[in-house]
Amino acid sequence: MKEWVVISGKGGTGKTSLTASFAALATNAVLADGDVDAADLHLILAPEIRRREEFRSGHRASIRAEACLGCGRCAALCRFEAIAATTRPSDAARVFTVDPSACEGCGVCVWNCPAQAVDFNERTCGEWFVSDTRHGPLVHARLYPGAENSGKLVHLVREQARNLANQEHRDLVLVDGPPGTGCPVIAALTGASGVLVVTEPTVSGAHDLGRVLELTGHFNIPTAVCVNKWDIHPELADRIETAARAAGAVPVGRVRYDKAATAAQRQGLAVVEAGASPLADDVRAVWKTWMDFAQETP
Amino acid sequence: MNRSPVIAIASGKGGTGKTTVAIHLAAALLFHKRSVQYLDCDVEEPNGHLFLKPRIVSSETVGIPVPAVDAATCTSCGKCAEVCEFNAIARLKKPLVFPELCHGCGACALVCPVGAIHETPRAIGVVESGHAGSIAFAQGRLNIGEPMSLPLIRAVKAKRNPEAVALLDAPPGTACPVVATVRGADFVVLVTEPTPFGLHDLSLAVDTLLPMGVPLGIVVNRADGDLRVHDYCREHHLPLLAELPDDRRVAETYARGELLFDCLPEWRERFENLWTRIEEQL
Repeated sequence: MKEWVVISGKGGTGKTSLTASFAALATNAVLADGDVDAADLHLILAPEIRRREEFRSGHRASIRAEACLGCGRCAALCRFEAIAATTRPSDAARVFTVDPSACEGCGVCVWNCPAQAVDFNERTCGEWFVSDTRHGPLVHARLYPGAENSGKLVHLVREQARNLANQEHRDLVLVDGPPGTGCPVIAALTGASGVLVVTEPTVSGAHDLGRVLELTGHFNIPTAVCVNKWDIHPELADRIETAARAAGAVPVGRVRYDKAATAAQRQGLAVVEAGASPLADDVRAVWKTWMDFAQETP
Repeated sequence: MNRSPVIAIASGKGGTGKTTVAIHLAAALLFHKRSVQYLDCDVEEPNGHLFLKPRIVSSETVGIPVPAVDAATCTSCGKCAEVCEFNAIARLKKPLVFPELCHGCGACALVCPVGAIHETPRAIGVVESGHAGSIAFAQGRLNIGEPMSLPLIRAVKAKRNPEAVALLDAPPGTACPVVATVRGADFVVLVTEPTPFGLHDLSLAVDTLLPMGVPLGIVVNRADGDLRVHDYCREHHLPLLAELPDDRRVAETYARGELLFDCLPEWRERFENLWTRIEEQL
């Protein structure tokens, strides 16, 4: 079983639109949405949820105001600027409070409070789902607003997708990855069979592709590159493919700039489902070239 | 207001035009005779520099303090491993540290009964600062392969000069890097596009940011007559600050790394008006 991941570096280059088409073109795949904090693949695949689980990870501190002595030791020790003074409503005393949006759950305040006034509860950071779609099973997730540990949730989604592929004897796991190069992206690509980077011929797209190729090189993962909207700057599209080759990646085709992409999205369809078009031909050609490349990699 | 405001530009969905809005807003502020600072907090993929082409005058390495265990002093009591919430210390005969998992909270050094742990910085990226014409500039660049971005985002924000309007270019998404960027801002501009993906991720971003108590306004980029974002703003009582029309010439100008004002002068007024609308909200 192979696991291929679609990433982009820069956001908004067309990762999810292309992945939705690939989902329609793949014949025996488990699909996974690894962009857990801004997941969109379900908007096209319209999943019917058959299993739903909570995602718990880490802890979060909260100070019981009535037990707080107001000594401020917690605020002095917190390295995340997550604790501030406030006024206790019952007696107007100065006490301390945790800003949940800044707490990283390290527990320093918990272990060092002289009054044991800090609770440290397990956090529910999101939920994950196994669903049926018209193009096969989908494992997807929803990170709760502003939550941490998105990397762990991405990891969990991939693990569940691989388990499902084994159970159902499917030979491919296709993952829609997150943008960027940080924690969730690293979680999306470590140990994968290969990566497709979707980029665009803009100065940002080229710049971010350079960083992502360094990352896939760092993890030694076979990498294909697709230039989306190539015709908004054909000359830069050429340069991007040359640079990709120089970095050890393989260009697998180009997709044109076409409003049909937005139109398909508005109908809840993948581009290749929305009728014949030159855009759909581009996407099919990329899928075929990518899969040929994928066959050759170990 | 004595102190100049901090405005974060965020989006939920990537590629909706955050950086385009942030850099043109910076340029428009100069027309309003305001001093302005552009702080690129999208440390995984900082792009503002490609358009502003700043002169970088200083570069500082940013690190996380990670534990180093003095084996001679260590009594192998295991308290450091027990207290670490991030599994960054394994209890073997002597503690084994996994620096890339460490958040730098200092719990292990505090708990060690014999003072065998001291902390040394582990580099995660750099903060570069300088200026692009009259725009003060700073950006963070996360090292490749580095998962931990929050300390670098905080270091970029620490470059803030209270006398200038600060524009924070936020990372995409709705997870902790966005929260760390927006925290403490006076106003957030959310840039979206009128598509199902754009609206869905906008609503996730609003759900993330509203509980933080920061006032929000919406910019619709690539507007093409689809009114789904207008309807959403009305239902949720969010101000629609600007509509930027869909225009292939804009995509091509952006592709080349040029500023719109130079090629498409009618865009200057759009961003000046956007600033006026933001000021009304402050």
